Amino acid sequence: MSVASLPGSRAAAQKPLAAVLVWLLLLAAPYWMPYLGGYTALGTRVLVLGLAAMSLNFLLGFTGVLSFGHAAYFGLGAYGAGLALKFLTNSTPLALILGTLLGGIAGAVLGALIVRRRGVYFAMVTIAFGQVFYYIAFQWSSLTGGDDGLRGFARQPLNLGFTTVDILSNGEAFYYFVLLCFAIAVGLMAFLLRSPFGRTLLAIRENERRARFLGIPVELHIWLAFVISCFFIALAGGLYALLNNFADPRGLHYSQSGDFVIMAVMGGMRSFWGPLLGAAIFIVLQDYISSITINWMSFIGLLFVVVVLLFPRGLLGFLQRGSVK
Amino acid sequence: MLDLYLYNITNGLIIGAFYVLMALGLSLILNLSGIINFAHGGFLAIGGYFAYTLTPTIGFWGALIVSPLLTALLGLVIERLLIRRLYGRDPLYSLLLTFGLAFIFQDMTRYIWGAQGLPVSVPAFMGQPLSSQFFFITGYRLFMVGVVAIVVTLLFVFLRYSKVGMRIRAATLDLDTVAALGVNVRVLRTFNFSLGIFLAGLSGVLAGGQLGLEPTMGDNLLMPSFIAIIVGGVGSLTGTLLGGLLIGVASALTSIKFPAASDAVMYVLMAVILLVRPRGLFGEEGMLT
Amino acid sequence: MSRIGVKIGRRTLIQAGAAIGALQVASPFIIRARGETPVKIGMVDPLTGVYAAPASNEVMGAKLAVAEMNAKGGILGRQVELLVEDSANDVGTGVQKTRKLIDRDGVNFIIGDVNSGIAQAMAQVTNEKHILHIVSGGHTDPITGTDCKWNVYRVCNTTVMETNSISDLLFKKYGKKWHFITPDYAFGHTLQKGLENNLKRLGGTETGAELTPLGTTDYSSYLIKARAANPDIILVLVQGGDMVNCLKQIVQFGINKQVAVAGAQQELESLEALPPEARVGNWMFEWYWKQPGVPHVEKFVADIRKVNGGKVPTARHWFGYTSAHTFGLVANREKSLDAVKLAKALGDFELPPEVKLQPNKVYYRKGDHQLMTSAFVGEALTKGKDDPEDLFRVDQVVPGDKTAPGETETGCKLQWPA
Repeated sequence: MSVASLPGSRAAAQKPLAAVLVWLLLLAAPYWMPYLGGYTALGTRVLVLGLAAMSLNFLLGFTGVLSFGHAAYFGLGAYGAGLALKFLTNSTPLALILGTLLGGIAGAVLGALIVRRRGVYFAMVTIAFGQVFYYIAFQWSSLTGGDDGLRGFARQPLNLGFTTVDILSNGEAFYYFVLLCFAIAVGLMAFLLRSPFGRTLLAIRENERRARFLGIPVELHIWLAFVISCFFIALAGGLYALLNNFADPRGLHYSQSGDFVIMAVMGGMRSFWGPLLGAAIFIVLQDYISSITINWMSFIGLLFVVVVLLFPRGLLGFLQRGSVK
Repeated sequence: MLDLYLYNITNGLIIGAFYVLMALGLSLILNLSGIINFAHGGFLAIGGYFAYTLTPTIGFWGALIVSPLLTALLGLVIERLLIRRLYGRDPLYSLLLTFGLAFIFQDMTRYIWGAQGLPVSVPAFMGQPLSSQFFFITGYRLFMVGVVAIVVTLLFVFLRYSKVGMRIRAATLDLDTVAALGVNVRVLRTFNFSLGIFLAGLSGVLAGGQLGLEPTMGDNLLMPSFIAIIVGGVGSLTGTLLGGLLIGVASALTSIKFPAASDAVMYVLMAVILLVRPRGLFGEEGMLT
Repeated sequence: MSRIGVKIGRRTLIQAGAAIGALQVASPFIIRARGETPVKIGMVDPLTGVYAAPASNEVMGAKLAVAEMNAKGGILGRQVELLVEDSANDVGTGVQKTRKLIDRDGVNFIIGDVNSGIAQAMAQVTNEKHILHIVSGGHTDPITGTDCKWNVYRVCNTTVMETNSISDLLFKKYGKKWHFITPDYAFGHTLQKGLENNLKRLGGTETGAELTPLGTTDYSSYLIKARAANPDIILVLVQGGDMVNCLKQIVQFGINKQVAVAGAQQELESLEALPPEARVGNWMFEWYWKQPGVPHVEKFVADIRKVNGGKVPTARHWFGYTSAHTFGLVANREKSLDAVKLAKALGDFELPPEVKLQPNKVYYRKGDHQLMTSAFVGEALTKGKDDPEDLFRVDQVVPGDKTAPGETETGCKLQWPA
């Protein structure tokens, strides 16, 4: 059991400090990033994909359930937001909400179908279901644009009544908008994880049989965790569509799911901020390596192998080992 | 009209036979070791590329035999170095590791052989249809079906009657007891993995004759293999065999009326199975759940 | 791809525990003229994934162009740098790399992408940032049609141009009943539509169309249907790896002995990936390397052979080559790097012989920013006569402004910045 997640331990006392540090870094990102060879759009991407990884980790790290097809709901969120902006509304926040709902509801329906399976079989089924959505996005070209992707929409300036925030052409303004959405989502996630519901999920992760003997309705909790993670990842997907002003089928592919999983694992599945750190490392590494060499895929593949064999607990897990026990 | 249906059923069986070869390898590895091998498509491509490189020296038939063996050797090395450390761990790690391997394989094949597709010829007498009416039954496709039939029969006979085969089957059901009975489980697993990869390599050699040879060729074949296993039932090789044939036929039949949905029907089948009979057609309850 | 000439001066190396801080740029390939800031061209192409072959060829062509420009003094007296990024055939990555090239690396020009969807997404970014952008190899019509932008020009053909170039020949030579094998995405749809329009005009009939998913490995069920419909021609519109699979199977089934096989776009990359017996059919190429008597072509072929392991250039090489050279030519002529000024100057800009590498007049059309490049219509050859790579016999070279629809018919309405 990760002692760090229990209140009252020394590691837990370090958590507010860590959180403050993280928020400071995120708030100031557009300013310190250029000095390290970064650029604001990269930071926004880290936030969006980091949110996706954290959403997945809600299920993976905190409930102990492996879904390797979560990109499907990410993609549904993207297409939902895109279609909303294209056909239904001019309001960016509304489009985001619609995208989130689309992914979340799909997750609710599909989750109910597969919640009885576990382990390898569950993983295979999530992959296959994920591919179903990839396939639909690919084939239903009249709606989704097929292989060419969904275009013809763009994030609209936010009309706040007293002022209009131009998140379309102003990269920094968009970054802060995403940061705001990120903050809300992450806050909700943290709240849920600290609640009795969250505790139950941890119990299920640690020992499912015992949890069942305690009378906990395990399937219901797993399904709820699945649904919640789908809602959050769909929100991330909507933000991703806004980032690109584009939605495309590759965002639904199992390789995208694989990326999210490696981000969560690389940063540390057992910690709240781990996936964000993992996302930052992964995206920056990929961005950097793919610029220097055409063989970046080998390096990224090697990264996967190294993380699995040498750092399975991720960077934060590696660091936390010192503070726990 | 009946003609069209008959043609497509036959055609579907031919396509399905190919899926079977791929899926069986994947299934063997999954059943015994609980490893989902995302790199299976990569091994397939490597098998095809080995054949391409060997053909000028040892000819088509030589490459047919040697290339899968070489690929299996590669599989053996990978198993000993990497895969072995995943046994008994959360399936998450095997997914991630083989996923990373798939990346490396694609990149390495592109690096070594180039991104440009490579021309693969089949022996002239095979590259022709049997008759002009049944033009889709070419000598080469019959040959492919023949190879699959022989290999599958050999595989089943091996698993049924040989000592090693029996051990593999037993270990699939209860690894601990088999180990306790004194069987060297490590060697068994290595052998099993290599056998699965042999089948992947063989698929690659055969695929080269029908498809273009390029680094991403295995990608589109991975999903049908997964579906064949899910439909047929995890844990059952017979199930995988029938699953592969079933999705091949379903896909071909769908292409008659709804060509755009001929790929989708595989997923529909899978969804139906999962709803109606989650363990698959021949799966056993409790296998790898 | 390696990036030539990364500037270290602007960024400080910071000691940081985090991996991020440790990753600093110190590319070994710094080529910089002393004391001058280079003019930078950014190129985004899918160097990994299914389009890796055409993409890397485009990059090779662009690199040659940049080397030639630098040998002659560069752009406005400054050296030219080509910064290449891999879009990995993923829109998010393509958009991100475009932003990176513009925001962080300060490129003056952008080339890309082979994938039409990514090209369009990139165009939104370049339009927003006022960067001159040439789409080298993305074919979807809206790029110089309904979705045209003042800062975007395109080198390769539109699907309508391709279909217009070959339809008459096919109709006269083979007959009036056509059956399509069409890849199920925008490129395929518009290609089919273009051919259908021509077919109707010529008075032919369509016996059917098979919409095949991208990445289909087995075409037998589609070919069964196509054969059953008894057409005069089966038009194979799939591209790349799909073209290879489909043609291989067509020939193995012996269909090409009973029915004519043809299509619109064909590429040398695909023909080279086919076994000799499968190199059949009538097609159009967007550019071909064997053009006896046409000035400068031989030199281009020789130069590419030197860096391409002895292999000849394909249309893709020429796309990259032309895109990069266009920037140099127009910037040097206008003596400016201002995007709006150059974009206006490119309207009706004619390419000189050493860049156009073909017999007809080649120019960027003002109304839709489409390059009026020729179509090389001909037939695939099983084996090269004098050269193992001479796999296509060119019968006609049709000028671009004959194959392209009128400027007003493309649906393009350019909107210039105030």
